[in-house]
Amino acid sequence: MSFPWASQYEPQNPLMKWVDEKLPLPRLVYNAVGAGYPVPRNLNYMYNFGVLAGFCLVLQIITGVILAMHYAPNALVAFSSTEHIMRDVNWGWLLRYMHANGASFFFLVLYMHIFRGFYYGSYKAPREMIWLLGVVIFLLCMATAFMGYVLPWGQMSFWGAKVITGLFGAIPLVGEPLQIWLLGGYAPDNAALNRFFSLHFLLPFVIAGVVILHIWALHIPGSTNPTGIEVKKESDTLPFHPYYTAKDGFGLGVFLILYCLFVFFMPNALGHPDNYIEANPLSTPALIVPEWYFYPFYAILRAFTFDFILPAKLWGVLAMFASILLWFFLPWLDKSPVRSSRYRPLYRKFFWVLMADLALLFYLGGAHAEEPYIMLSQLATAYYFLHFLVIVPIVSSIERPAPLPYSITEAVLGKDDDATLDAQAAAKA
Amino acid sequence: MAETTGTATPDTVVQDASDDGVRRRDFINVAAVSAAGIGGLAVIYPFVSQMAPSADVLAESTTEVDISAIEQGQAIKAVFRKQPLFVRRLTPQEIKEANDVPVASLRDPQTLAERTKEGHEDILVTMGVCTHLGCVPLGAADGETRGEFGGYFCPCHGSVFDTAARIRKGPAPTNLEIPDYEFTSDTVIVVGQS
Repeated sequence: MSFPWASQYEPQNPLMKWVDEKLPLPRLVYNAVGAGYPVPRNLNYMYNFGVLAGFCLVLQIITGVILAMHYAPNALVAFSSTEHIMRDVNWGWLLRYMHANGASFFFLVLYMHIFRGFYYGSYKAPREMIWLLGVVIFLLCMATAFMGYVLPWGQMSFWGAKVITGLFGAIPLVGEPLQIWLLGGYAPDNAALNRFFSLHFLLPFVIAGVVILHIWALHIPGSTNPTGIEVKKESDTLPFHPYYTAKDGFGLGVFLILYCLFVFFMPNALGHPDNYIEANPLSTPALIVPEWYFYPFYAILRAFTFDFILPAKLWGVLAMFASILLWFFLPWLDKSPVRSSRYRPLYRKFFWVLMADLALLFYLGGAHAEEPYIMLSQLATAYYFLHFLVIVPIVSSIERPAPLPYSITEAVLGKDDDATLDAQAAAKA
Repeated sequence: MAETTGTATPDTVVQDASDDGVRRRDFINVAAVSAAGIGGLAVIYPFVSQMAPSADVLAESTTEVDISAIEQGQAIKAVFRKQPLFVRRLTPQEIKEANDVPVASLRDPQTLAERTKEGHEDILVTMGVCTHLGCVPLGAADGETRGEFGGYFCPCHGSVFDTAARIRKGPAPTNLEIPDYEFTSDTVIVVGQS
């Protein structure tokens, strides 16, 4: 599960030896995030986001379990129990703001982590399983975040629940009964709120389970790196501890500064004021949009305004789910043997076009459903699918990649003594 | 493979030591780990404090009781901090019984005077919480048994309290607790402040 030159865990203390024989947990930690895990020496700061995502998950679970000690998932009191947390519970405001902004920062980190994967080709063989599990984690996070947003039972919570469950109503034949079954009623009410709370509590632990599989799968080939070439020898790597614990620690510090800036100085900047109005089934807020991290998908949902064989509503739902499910096929849509965009001049350009397209979708998802935003959403949505289904496969077959360095060592130091024919002949002999 | 390229050899490492011999890297290391440790401890504080009584619970932590309607020999139950509170107006006979007991013979020696306010020796204010394991003793409501010492009787494990609500028999270790309270007038007490 690691490179042959990885240091071995050799406990000196008799107690640690005894523990190692019975339950090699310290050995597991040593081999996972300690000196026993060699990592490419050239990882840049884009490789911090995996650890940061893990940190966010732990942060959300801890603050969430605490909030659940004070929150009541009953439609009669849910809103006032949220205000009780804000006003009465000691430090309740801090815990709730940490949790709400924690969700936003979790998604920010996840997007950076995913876009890192797009840029450096992290989804390619032999790391397809890591990628697939990552997409599963992202989908679970989306479901968890949505259900969490319903719990304060404000106006945005209520109408979010109504709109998102309404997506399932678009499915032909079974749609409407399915929506009623999901809600346990004809509109979101106590039954829906209770099950959302239960699942919102459960899913993070499911996510934690899939994260363990994600990391397990990662530790078989090891991390990719900015050059995209595989580790060849010891000089290509550094032990995770202390080199990457320090680098991740620094990244965590920067992350926490930004996070605290929001938690303490603008805790509601990423939320909607309407959610401080209690849920009212008889009045929809003027602008009904999800949290910012769902904007691109919301823009895709709203881009379909005309019936074409299938009803527009169904197209929107299919497109929205397809926009993420597409990622499952990315390892096979991109056939280029070169991983990193650093050596893929053409793909690199289209990567940045995709980022611009996503930025546009982010903007459009938060805009009112009116022209010109609808037409722009349609164009941006069309380009999004074009990128994955047409551009990526074509680019990967016509592109002439730039020359790759012989090894990570050569990429970092400018020369590698092994990178000569003589040296390789000697190594074979 | 054994020959690694580009690994810094000791003679090329700059030993950035200041005059007092503290290495820059050691200083940064200690400073970073200490900051993380202190930060971590600071975060624990709100996580612990959130479990303490919240503002709305503390707002209910005093109770005002009007005692004017309590007749001699009668007791009422009030609620103080979500727990039963017994307020009882003792008869002269009950006061005498309480004062006749040799204090030294008690498990938790206290006189009736120590358990009431000066000038109001007939008003006995106690928590209705047995000091054994927290059941509500009988004897405050009409028709309930007051036990063999005429005070309160706890049905859970058989603790018997006398007319000054002192433990006389059974497993309870101490007398029924007297909460902090004061008379704000002759007929009104406020429990929870003193």
